[in-house]
Amino acid sequence: MTAENDISQLQRIASQIRRDILRMVHAVQSGHPGGSLGCADFFTALYFNIMNHNPAFNMDGQGEDIFFLSNGHISPVFYSALAHSGYFPVAELATFRKLNTRLQGHPATHEHLPGVRVASGSLGQGMSVAIGAALAKKLNNDNSIVYSLHGDGELNEGQNWEALMFAAHHKVDNIISTIDYNHQQIDGTTDQVMSLGNLKAKLESFGWTVLEMNGNDMQEIINTMGRAKAYCNHGKPIAVMMKTIMSYPIDFMMDSHKWHGVAPNNEQLEKALSQLEETLGDY
Amino acid sequence: MYTVQNTKATRDGFGDGLFEIGSQNSDVVGLCADLTESLKMNKFKEHFPDRFVQVGIAEANMIGIAAGLTIGGKIPYTGTFANFSTGRVYDQIRQSVAYSGKNVKICASHAGLTLGEDGATHQILEDIGMMRMLPHMVVINPCDYNQTKAATMAIADYFGPVYLRFGRPAVPNFTAPDQKFEIGKALHLIEGKDVSIFATGHLVWKAIEAQDELAKLGISAEVINIHTIKPLDEDAVLASVTKTRCVVTAEEHQRNGGLGDAIAQLLARKLPLPIEMVAVNDSFGESGKPDELMKKYGLDTPDIITAVHKVLQRR
Repeated sequence: MTAENDISQLQRIASQIRRDILRMVHAVQSGHPGGSLGCADFFTALYFNIMNHNPAFNMDGQGEDIFFLSNGHISPVFYSALAHSGYFPVAELATFRKLNTRLQGHPATHEHLPGVRVASGSLGQGMSVAIGAALAKKLNNDNSIVYSLHGDGELNEGQNWEALMFAAHHKVDNIISTIDYNHQQIDGTTDQVMSLGNLKAKLESFGWTVLEMNGNDMQEIINTMGRAKAYCNHGKPIAVMMKTIMSYPIDFMMDSHKWHGVAPNNEQLEKALSQLEETLGDY
Repeated sequence: MYTVQNTKATRDGFGDGLFEIGSQNSDVVGLCADLTESLKMNKFKEHFPDRFVQVGIAEANMIGIAAGLTIGGKIPYTGTFANFSTGRVYDQIRQSVAYSGKNVKICASHAGLTLGEDGATHQILEDIGMMRMLPHMVVINPCDYNQTKAATMAIADYFGPVYLRFGRPAVPNFTAPDQKFEIGKALHLIEGKDVSIFATGHLVWKAIEAQDELAKLGISAEVINIHTIKPLDEDAVLASVTKTRCVVTAEEHQRNGGLGDAIAQLLARKLPLPIEMVAVNDSFGESGKPDELMKKYGLDTPDIITAVHKVLQRR
């Protein structure tokens, strides 16, 4: 397969994941479509290209790359990516947020859903956990990489800054933490609610190698994450500031915090789905 | 019946136990939030520098890192004061450790009033209650140096989150040096027939002292060491109370949420009989010497004796 075909195949997977997100959230009239849609390309790239991972799930994740979702509310995109990667049946997506499901509103290990290694939802905790897992890999002489994803609004939580300081101080250089830099949070834009200021300068001053990418451009994601991997084991943790558009690419939902945690109604669902090709078959 | 071998702090038992289990089990990792000497983790740090993690004054991060370490098969022991081990990081423990079922050992020193002069900001008296409420959290509060050392080593063999609580001052060390610590197993220290005294932590020795005084008055008190508050050894509690028909509990903790609360809940459900509680009654502590504080807040040997007289009148 040529690189170009590879990209187009990844885009086809991302389109299906976006359809899943909308249908999951619509079915229970709850959940978080905005950030999920915005990060669909990233999850597709991560699980279908970047990470060396094993869908025959093992909690310890020894010898494989592992991923932590810190902003757990975008669980729909996580679940769809895991299902299409073979962690559990795609049909199980239909149980999202319903009684007795393994697909809890926010990711959890409690129901033993393969692919999830820690609960998240209460914000700001995932980077610490990812760093702990990265330290364990070092103690185990395991050269694989720990990936994590965080919301930009989530960076309001102080624990992130404890974790950022720690990772640089202890030279945790086998971690790549991506920040969904969509500038939106529940009450408005990040500038309105709690300005992040010069985030790149902040992360660099904390001792991290910082890369930037357009998180809605598959080729750029592949290229940038490839560069991030090459930075591993050079004494510094790696952060990727990923510019995304919330609810991308649904025209009437895009780039507004209003779709952070609101489900589309029947009419809106049809309209949104008409903008996304069904590539792998709806669940 | 029990002789004091020496006086030693329970935190020393933790430090020595951690070093010993660390020598036996290479998966044990120690984490500390800038209190290595206070927690007596120096020996572990010196001998196993690769498995010691200095986190700095960042307890929330420490709990998260500990949760992450378990994902690589490690057995992390976090060390800081009890206040910063629980109240400060409750949500981190709740989500990343307890709800996620992670094998983290939360080791907490300087619990209760006996922290002394630093005062109420540091004297947590609510930690047992907070930790008890978390589903599947094991809560252990050993009574002396030997028992704390044994407990520190035993929890490595149990898979799941554990809260291990101990203290600052040197206290009588009277249990067996090479005891086997069994999580969830109440220890009958003294047999009696008139009243059951259930004590935990530093109050266990005071309960033994009280029993001695009561015996002189012709009152036969049964003394049981509840080192594991959760899971509570319900069979042992019920067996004792079935015999004595009344109860005194003793702990260095708030009445709300502590050992007394746990036992009262059990008795209310299965064997409703009179109970008196020696505990702090809805109050913060203050600066002072440990012994002065225990006296002022009603957690001393005479307070146990008074509670026994009171409960016997209600029997």
